[in-house]
Amino acid sequence: MTGTATTTSVSLNVRDVHLAFGANKVLRGADLDVARGGTACVIGPSGSGKSTLLRTINRLIEPDRGDVLLDGRSVLRDDPDALRQRVGMVFQQFNLFPHMSVLRNITLALRRIKKLSEDEATRIARAQLELVGLAAKADSRPAHLSGGQQQRVAIARALALQPQVMLFDEATSALDPELVKGVLAVMADLSAGGMTMVVVTHEMGFAREVADTVAFMDHGVVLAAGEPAAIFEAPEHPRLRQFLSQVL
Amino acid sequence: MDTLSTLWETFFDGDSMREALPEMLTVGLPNTLILAISAALLGSVLGMLLAIAGISRTRWLRWPARVYTDIFRGLPAAATILLIGVGLAPLGMEVWGHNPYPLGILALSLIAGAYIGEIFRSGIQSVEAAQLEGARALGFSWGEAMRLVIIPQGVRRVLPAWVNQLIALIKDSSLVYFLGLVASQRELFRIGQDYAATTGNESALLLAGLFYLVLTVPLTHAVNWIDRRLRQGRAVTVDPDDDGGLALVGETALPPQTATGKDQR
Repeated sequence: MTGTATTTSVSLNVRDVHLAFGANKVLRGADLDVARGGTACVIGPSGSGKSTLLRTINRLIEPDRGDVLLDGRSVLRDDPDALRQRVGMVFQQFNLFPHMSVLRNITLALRRIKKLSEDEATRIARAQLELVGLAAKADSRPAHLSGGQQQRVAIARALALQPQVMLFDEATSALDPELVKGVLAVMADLSAGGMTMVVVTHEMGFAREVADTVAFMDHGVVLAAGEPAAIFEAPEHPRLRQFLSQVL
Repeated sequence: MDTLSTLWETFFDGDSMREALPEMLTVGLPNTLILAISAALLGSVLGMLLAIAGISRTRWLRWPARVYTDIFRGLPAAATILLIGVGLAPLGMEVWGHNPYPLGILALSLIAGAYIGEIFRSGIQSVEAAQLEGARALGFSWGEAMRLVIIPQGVRRVLPAWVNQLIALIKDSSLVYFLGLVASQRELFRIGQDYAATTGNESALLLAGLFYLVLTVPLTHAVNWIDRRLRQGRAVTVDPDDDGGLALVGETALPPQTATGKDQR
């Protein structure tokens, strides 16, 4: 499916983002830079703020302080609903709408938000399903698909809106091991196609092979970021070394 | 034997039933249906508004919804119908003339709205927060996400309870007779009661009961059918031939090594 990414990918910069839930400081000055068409994998222990960082990028959670820039322009004053059409997101639990068919899961936003005709929305949705290998499942309900298939539908749903950035929040963590590869393959292909991506993941092999940048988060900050070789082969930060020794 | 035959004649007198049947069919049944269906529609709309107000972050919506629900759920239905039907009668006379139906429907709707509101609220709140997040991530506003994604799922989950409330409404429609009905306004129960009072025989009242059962029993079974369908619909069947999509996306796209390293949870 190489080449399916939009040609309008943008660079992404997260600058000194802070966020607290009451006294609990979840993000304490997180920074992240992703070049246009690049892929950043965010790794780190549970509770380090990885998923929260993703949600501040598309403003599902508003940061208390800091900035998020697409192509060098701050998006924090944009209409958040419009921003989310530019920044697609895929979740750990897929978040497909169970009362709708697979096809309607994809056409809903195309019809209601993009205001496309039913024929046009259906054409785009079927094309996206074809790309993730699920054209035959268009009329199925999500509950009748495997976890891997559901996640690929979720990716197709996000891609149908032609986002400029894609966020993946532990997209394979809820899948049975034998279904992980198919989803990772779709993500790797998307990366190769030039989509700007931020991937929160536990899949170290994926991060090593696909990412342009790997960022290690702990306690709400990015402690180390760099090319995969530098992060995995020559980790300088002691906390990163400790983390890698536990997961590799 | 005398006691048995007396009981039989009291409740199953064919002549009494035949005498009441035409009026029940042409007057009582339509009136009962008018009361029940009108109150069901209005009560459901009111219930949805109360449900949305009940989950609002604004306390100025949440609290009135709570107070309303507590009052109309806590009062006996007969008391509410009398309070509204009699209390607002002068106003009703000006607007609708001598027709107790609008106020009767209003009272039934206000009662049903309180119950249905709680049913809808519990259904909406049972929908996982991730569904709202998923919809918002696509660019839907809060209102659109609620209308298109959350509310349809929430209502679907409580359909059996909602239909149960409609059954209760059909039965409660008999209480409108408190408001004083002229002959053409009588519903099933009132017609049965009038025949029983004039003949001293309860068979017409039993016939009215049978009409209620004809209306409510199919609905009861519809509830069970809906419940069964919804349960079956939630079953997950995984395609045994699923290869994770590798055949179609091309395994070459995948890095040669995909070690899975999960951090501590």
